Amino acid sequence: MNHYLDFEKPIAELETKIGELREYSTDSVDFTGDIKKLEKKAQKLKTEIYTKLTRWQRTQLARHANRPHTLDYIEHIFTEFFEVHGDRNYRDDPALICGFAKLDGKPCCVIGHQKGRNTKEKVHRNFGMANPEGYRKALRVMQMADQFGLPIFTFVDTPGAFPGIGAEERGQAEAIARNLREMAMLKVPVIVTVTGEGGSGGALAIAVGNRVMMMQYSVYAVISPEGCAAILWNDGAKGPQAAEALKLTAQDVEKLGTVIDDVIPEPLGGAHQDHKLAAASLKEYLLKHLSELEDLSADELIEQRYQRFRAMAEIEEQQ
Amino acid sequence: MVWFRKKTALTASAETKKVKIPEGVWSKCKNCQEIIYAKEIERNLNVCPKCDYHFRIGARERIELILDAGTFVEMDANMRSVDFLDFKDSKKYKERIKAALKKAGDGDAVICGTGNLEELPVVVAVFDFAFMGGSMGSVVGEKITRAIEKGLESHAPVLIFSSSGGARMQESIHSLMQMAKTSAALAKLKAAGIPFISVLTDPTTGGVTASFAMLGDLNIAEPRALIGFAGPRVIEQTIRQTLPDGFQRSEFLLEHGMVDMIVPRSEMKQRLSQVLRIFTKS
Ligand SMILES: [Zn+2]
Repeated sequence: MNHYLDFEKPIAELETKIGELREYSTDSVDFTGDIKKLEKKAQKLKTEIYTKLTRWQRTQLARHANRPHTLDYIEHIFTEFFEVHGDRNYRDDPALICGFAKLDGKPCCVIGHQKGRNTKEKVHRNFGMANPEGYRKALRVMQMADQFGLPIFTFVDTPGAFPGIGAEERGQAEAIARNLREMAMLKVPVIVTVTGEGGSGGALAIAVGNRVMMMQYSVYAVISPEGCAAILWNDGAKGPQAAEALKLTAQDVEKLGTVIDDVIPEPLGGAHQDHKLAAASLKEYLLKHLSELEDLSADELIEQRYQRFRAMAEIEEQQ
Repeated sequence: MVWFRKKTALTASAETKKVKIPEGVWSKCKNCQEIIYAKEIERNLNVCPKCDYHFRIGARERIELILDAGTFVEMDANMRSVDFLDFKDSKKYKERIKAALKKAGDGDAVICGTGNLEELPVVVAVFDFAFMGGSMGSVVGEKITRAIEKGLESHAPVLIFSSSGGARMQESIHSLMQMAKTSAALAKLKAAGIPFISVLTDPTTGGVTASFAMLGDLNIAEPRALIGFAGPRVIEQTIRQTLPDGFQRSEFLLEHGMVDMIVPRSEMKQRLSQVLRIFTKS
C-alpha cells in the first residue's frame, strides 16, 4: 500500500496520470509525447517541492511508512544475513534487529532498529522503540563481533527508547548507559548510519561509532519534536515549531561540523521512492568508510572513536 | 570566601521558601505537609525532621557537606553555555542562560573540582538543579568529562552527584552527544581501575540517568529521590494509566536492582569515605 504525505500528493497525482496514459497507449494511439511532457513536469515539481521542505516535513519524510527500514537495507546491501535473538536474560526484543552477514564478501555484524509497515507489524516491532532487553541484546551481539574481529554496521531508526513501566523496572537508563560506555571500548570498526528517525538516547545507544552518517532525509535530535513541544511549549501539537528550533535535519547536523561525517544522498523524493537506489547509495558509503577503518589497530580505533566524541562541545571559556 | 557563603545562603532550601506561611520563619514540608521552623530544616541538612524528606540543595551546599572544609578547588569555573543553534521557544536560550546565571550562580548546571573527603583526594562533580533544571548541555558534558579525565590523570576517585531533568533541549544534538562523551570517559576510568561513585539525588532523569549517573561502580541514592529514564508524565501519556505509588523512587530502584544502596544525607560523607577506602585499599 502506498502512503502519501500532504506535500507528496501533487506529485502522486501526476504520476497516476502518467501511469494511466501508459496504459491507454496502444499501437494506434501514441501518448509518448504527452507522457514525456508530464514526466518532465513531475521531475520539475519534485525538485521544487523537495528543495523547499520545512524541517517538520523532513521529519515526516524520515518517518514515512514506505521508507526502507533496517531489514530492507539488509536485503539490498548484505548477503548471507542471519538474525540472532535474545539478551540471554529476559526476552528477545523485535524492535532491534541483530545479526551477522557479508558485505561484498566480508563477514560483518549488523544491528538496527526495526519499524513495521502495517499495523500488526508496527505493534510487533513496538514502533521501533526498544526496551532494555533490546539494547542488551545489541550489546551482547556487538561484543560478540568484537570477539571475532568483525566490523559492526548499525542502522538507527527510532522515535526513542520505549517509555513504559516495564522498561523502567528493567533499567532502561542503565541499558542505554552501558551501551554508550561499552561501545566506546569496541576494538572493531563501528559504522553508524541514521536511516530514518534518530530519537534521543534510544538512538544513541547503538550510535557510538568511528563513523556516523545520516541519510539525506533522516533526522537526529535529543528529543522528538512532539516531546520537545510538550515540555517547552506545553503543547505536543507544536511539533512543527519544535522541529524548526531543534535543527534536526541531516543538513543542520552536518553544519555543526563534529557530529556526522557524511550525508548520504537519497533518490529524488526520498528513499521510499526507490529502495534499491537508496540502498546502493548507502552501500557505497559503508564500503568507503570500512576501507578507511579496516587497517587501523584496536587501540587506534578506540582512540579515534574517543576523540570523535570528545571534540563535541560548543562552549565559551572566559579568562 | 565570602562569595561562597553568600551563594549558599541564596540557594538554600529554595523549595522550602516557596511556602506562603510567615516569610522565612516557618516552612511547610511538601511531603508530610507539617509546618516546621525553617531554621530547624536547615540545621537538619535540609531534611525534614518529621518525615525525613530530603529537600533539594544547591551544588555548593552539597560540596560543603561532602568535602573537608577549605579543600575544594573549583575547575572550569569560567565555562559558559553558548546559544549556537539560536534556539527559541517561549524565550530565547540566550536569555534563559542569562537568567539562570543570575538565579543560580555562575557554575552552569554542574560545579566540578578537586578536594579531600576525610583526607582522601577526590574529584567531584555536583549538579545544581536550580540552573535550568540541572540540564546537560555542552558545558555540563565538557565539565564532567574533564572531571573524569582529572581523576584519570591524578588517579583520584571520581564522585558525581546528579540532580537533573536530563539533556538540555536547547542544544539539541550536542546535548545528546554529551551522553556518549561522558560515558566514553568513564570507560577509560574503569579500564584504569579508578573508582567512580554515582550519587543520585532528587530528581535524576533522562539523558543524565541514561549515561554516567547509572554507570557508577556503585550507584548510591538519597532516600525517595525520583530516578528514571522517562519522566512519569511521559510514561503516563504513553501507557494511559496512572503510575503506582513509589514508582521511580530510590526504594523502587533498589528493589529492582538498579542502585546499590540508599544513604541518607546525614550519613553520606561517612559512607562514601568507607567505600572509597575499601576500593582504594587505603
Ligand atoms: Zn516532612
